[in-house]
Amino acid sequence: MSKEPAAPPFTPPDAPPALELRGIDKRFGAVHANRAITFAVAAGSIHGLIGENGAGKSTLMNIVYGFHRADAGEIRVQGRAVEIGSPQEAIAAGIGMVHQHFMLVENFTVLENVVLGVEGGALLAGGLAAARAELGRLARDYGLEVPLDAVVSELSVGLQQRVEILKALYRGAEVLILDEPTAVLTPHEANQLFTMLRALRAQGKAVILVTHKLREIMAVTDRVTVMKQGAVVAEVATRETSPRGLAEHMVGRAVLLQVEKRPARPGAVLLTVKALEVQDRLGVVRLKNVSFALRAGEIVGIAGVAGNGQSELLEVLAGTRAASRGEISFGGRDLVREQLDPRARRAFGLAHVPEDRLRMGVVAGFSAADNAMLGYHDAARFNRGGLRDEAAILAACAAKMAEFDVRPSRPELRLAAFSGGNQQKLVLAREIDADPAVLLIGQPTRGVDIGAIEFIHKRLIALRDAGKAMLLVSVELDEILALADRILVMNGGEIIGELSRADATEEKIGLMMAGVRAEVSA
Amino acid sequence: MNAPAKLPRWAELGLLPLINLGVALVLAGLIIKILGESPLAAFKLMATGALGTQEGIGYTLYYATNFIFTGLAVAVAYHAGLFNIGAEGQAYIGGLGTGLVCLYLGTWPFWVVLPLAVLAGAIFGAGWAFIPAWLQARRGSHIVITTIMFNFIAAALMTYLLVNVLIKPGQQSPETREFSANAVMPAAHELFAKIGITVVATPLNLAFGLALVAATGVWIFIWRTRWGFALRVAGANPAAAVYAGISPPRIIVGAMLISGALAGGLGLNELMGSQHRILMDFPSGAGFVGIAVALMGRNHPVGIVVAAVLFGALYQGGSQLSFDLPKINRDMVVVIQGLVILLCGAMENIFRAPLTALFAHVRAEKGIE
Repeated sequence: MSKEPAAPPFTPPDAPPALELRGIDKRFGAVHANRAITFAVAAGSIHGLIGENGAGKSTLMNIVYGFHRADAGEIRVQGRAVEIGSPQEAIAAGIGMVHQHFMLVENFTVLENVVLGVEGGALLAGGLAAARAELGRLARDYGLEVPLDAVVSELSVGLQQRVEILKALYRGAEVLILDEPTAVLTPHEANQLFTMLRALRAQGKAVILVTHKLREIMAVTDRVTVMKQGAVVAEVATRETSPRGLAEHMVGRAVLLQVEKRPARPGAVLLTVKALEVQDRLGVVRLKNVSFALRAGEIVGIAGVAGNGQSELLEVLAGTRAASRGEISFGGRDLVREQLDPRARRAFGLAHVPEDRLRMGVVAGFSAADNAMLGYHDAARFNRGGLRDEAAILAACAAKMAEFDVRPSRPELRLAAFSGGNQQKLVLAREIDADPAVLLIGQPTRGVDIGAIEFIHKRLIALRDAGKAMLLVSVELDEILALADRILVMNGGEIIGELSRADATEEKIGLMMAGVRAEVSA
Repeated sequence: MNAPAKLPRWAELGLLPLINLGVALVLAGLIIKILGESPLAAFKLMATGALGTQEGIGYTLYYATNFIFTGLAVAVAYHAGLFNIGAEGQAYIGGLGTGLVCLYLGTWPFWVVLPLAVLAGAIFGAGWAFIPAWLQARRGSHIVITTIMFNFIAAALMTYLLVNVLIKPGQQSPETREFSANAVMPAAHELFAKIGITVVATPLNLAFGLALVAATGVWIFIWRTRWGFALRVAGANPAAAVYAGISPPRIIVGAMLISGALAGGLGLNELMGSQHRILMDFPSGAGFVGIAVALMGRNHPVGIVVAAVLFGALYQGGSQLSFDLPKINRDMVVVIQGLVILLCGAMENIFRAPLTALFAHVRAEKGIE
């Protein structure tokens, strides 16, 4: 990631801020999500908004964009107080937002998506022609080239994001909010995005970048606001701070951004994958000819842009998805031929921490205790005489909570009442507690705050040092680099290259993630 | 952080259903007023008719027995994430099984007939639920659609059987012959007489006790066994079920078999307990009332028993009403019952949002963090 010095803001000194929040306060029931937030963004600047999960960033931005209404406080745009009760009113006030999950009609063209809702009349032709001219101008001014007549579903994720930005600009946005914009991008695409954001800044737009990635804040923002527990705890000029300083503000104590670890001492091969292929229900090949081996005492990281087969690989290994061809050897068995279900695989020592915790790993409405034994509910230790052994289930959960520092340590509480980090710790505790030989682990720190990330990383490395094999899938390149001893890069359902940790650099991995084969880059 | 605030448990389980019921009664009162009767007098008549006399209580619990069976049937399917609209048809076919045992093996001693009749009702009811369940599990045919259609198929099948096969020879009305005395469920007044208590004769019978046993069994199954746990996981989050090694198609089939078997219990009360023969349309809508009972009872056996007694009272009180007030005929009683089902069943959530907001407001006022 290039780190050019921040351009001086282009705002005249006496101009009012493009967006100013004064004393924004919001409660959801007992939760005080935003506490008297005061926050200003100058025109012609990029402002970072950073904080742990649940710090109130999303609530604040949702208030600005009209999804929620603040209980108290004032929103001012260009020095003028505005009432924002809906996204339409936010757009009218000149505020645009690019959501983490794109809001595009996939089978419409770019042009149709841009004019959607602002067609400017009953007949489309006039509006489309006007939009085409206007978009041409925007493309020139901001370097936002997009093929206007391409169907959105055929565009790359980076281009789809560009369409979202164009949509906001076409509606006259002077303040552009981007919510975790790089989560779905390759490092290269992320750099392109930052170039675009700098162009927007140069044209006098105010950009708010909501993220939890410290290095993005450092790379592109002018100022940064740190939120914690619903309040602003720091606002600093980016050049006057450091990733370590920001992390300390976010967590409220010093944290290790990189966990110490010894070199791996790989042992026997525990799991072998040969020529694995997966087709989805529509017959699309999701995994192609994937082969690798996993040894005891090592962490193998799978890097790649989300959606390039990593999820399918994890699921087919765990048994929640069927392979169409190939072999998975584990403990002297071929898991593909025997079609063992996830429960049987667990019993043989193959545990799985799924990528999408809430979709697959837990039942949010059930108690923590029930969740702490999900998948092991048939085990003798949780049953007595045909009935569930409630006391044993509660006790086992309490023990896991103590060991993994899950808070609050109340097994009977609904899982949804726990924060993402604590939910994840409980899932990890559940799978590690079963003492598996091989642990498949997807996005171990997704939606997890920095303090918990440090804890989880330490546990995973301790597990590795205890001789377990681990397959780690993560979209966070930093996490792969921090944990993995060996890195496989996936693109288009294939393993496109392998790097030892010593050889791996962000640039090399980034190129492979974009589909450039190892032979070519070498 | 953006999770909606939740209602306290007592409001969720007690207050909300009471508000729904209250609104339904207010609307019903308006209709009674329009018809020219006094709503207060009418409700008083309903209440005393249903709960004020031994006879009223007997009838109320007798109706409630049907609703407990069908309510439990709907609830078990619900916990597996399935909306079983077919309890009516499953009860109808389940009753056929019970009835056949009573007709053809009914001369055996009662304590032999009873388990056979229970078993046959369960197997027939489960069998009728199996086909929609299998279609859902293996073919993805939506269970709401298929169970609705199977109600019609059940009705048509039973009409055919009663008119052409099972009808008592030499008789016009499509009914079977009467069961023999050994195949009749002991009535409550007979059981009480044995311990020396005299109560008025009503159709209330031993099946009410069986319904309570079924409710207890459902509670244990759903909340205290690992199979019930697997069923709830599959219902709450099918992806998590697959992850945990639980097969959702097997849960779908298993839950629907249990659901159908429970609905099949209705024949024990209605046929063995009261009619003593198989006749046309004996579930008479209890399968649909079961949906409202399950929703109002929050799919919990205790709630279901309470809601079933309430609906039983509504039925019994309603008949009293049409009997005593000439301006309110049988159809108006159905309208009143329909209003309660509409408010407590179909629209049970309309007051949830305002009530939740109210609680959140009160809590904020008190400054509870």
